[in-house]
Amino acid sequence: MKAAVLVFPGSNCDRDLATAFQNAGFKVEMVWHKDVELPAGVDIVGVPGGFSFGDYLRSGAIAARSPIVGALMTHVRKGGHAIGICNGFQVLLETGLLPGALMRNAGIRFICKPVELEVATTSSNFTRGYAQGTTAIFPVAHRDGNYQATEEIRTALSAEDRIAFRYKSDINGSVDRIAGILSENRRVLGLMPHPERAADPVLGLTDGAVLFNACSAAAANA
Amino acid sequence: MKVRAVIKLKAGVLDPQGEAIRHALGTLGFDGIEDVRQGKIIELVLAEPDAQRAEAEVQQMCEALLANTVIESYEVELP
Repeated sequence: MKAAVLVFPGSNCDRDLATAFQNAGFKVEMVWHKDVELPAGVDIVGVPGGFSFGDYLRSGAIAARSPIVGALMTHVRKGGHAIGICNGFQVLLETGLLPGALMRNAGIRFICKPVELEVATTSSNFTRGYAQGTTAIFPVAHRDGNYQATEEIRTALSAEDRIAFRYKSDINGSVDRIAGILSENRRVLGLMPHPERAADPVLGLTDGAVLFNACSAAAANA
Repeated sequence: MKVRAVIKLKAGVLDPQGEAIRHALGTLGFDGIEDVRQGKIIELVLAEPDAQRAEAEVQQMCEALLANTVIESYEVELP
């Protein structure tokens, strides 16, 4: 089982994400943004949190146009899995792999704290390990986490059971308290909270390990 | 050829930064501000001498990168 973690200038959760994948049983390769190919045999691509390209222009906008993203698009088109966390979620939205946009938090401030999340669907290779309706605690650390989408997209996300995580209470103004969403084929997950910062008892939070273990279980059965 | 792209949040999209600016102006004693919307201006200097072609090129740039058309609208100006 192999995971690739993309690294952009300004990524700062790339090594945390690699460790979380490793602890779930993945062999991990770090992939620089200027590369044009992913390593052979990659099951899942992780787009990490941070401040890629200094959040210049818009969060994730420049990273979404970097050379490695072509390979990411091909991987996803072939049915490969991908997860984008925080800035990685912003990047996935900017590529169009996931619908909608993340705007400045409604309260303007940077929010950095553990938050309670409702696991809104267990029907995905990321969330299969949670019991339906479970509350998971992951930390958030973002200023642009206010998820917005057209009425049409919101209806589709809801009707197709593609909302993966919801904030238990509104923290940033996101529509429908959306914290994370799935692609149409349910193999791409984008979320603002950080499961990789909640995946080791040493960190005090372990709910995130369930997500990475579900990913490795899916890769093992593929 | 100088070309300017003016990027704004689409009407109806909540603008938390505009709202913060409105509050701050109120604190400074500027009353009666009903709404503030903020955006960005990107000025480009192109080698292209033809105004129409330059405008069309910047429009493509807006679609490809400069604006996120999910939430933003843009206008291309030749100052």
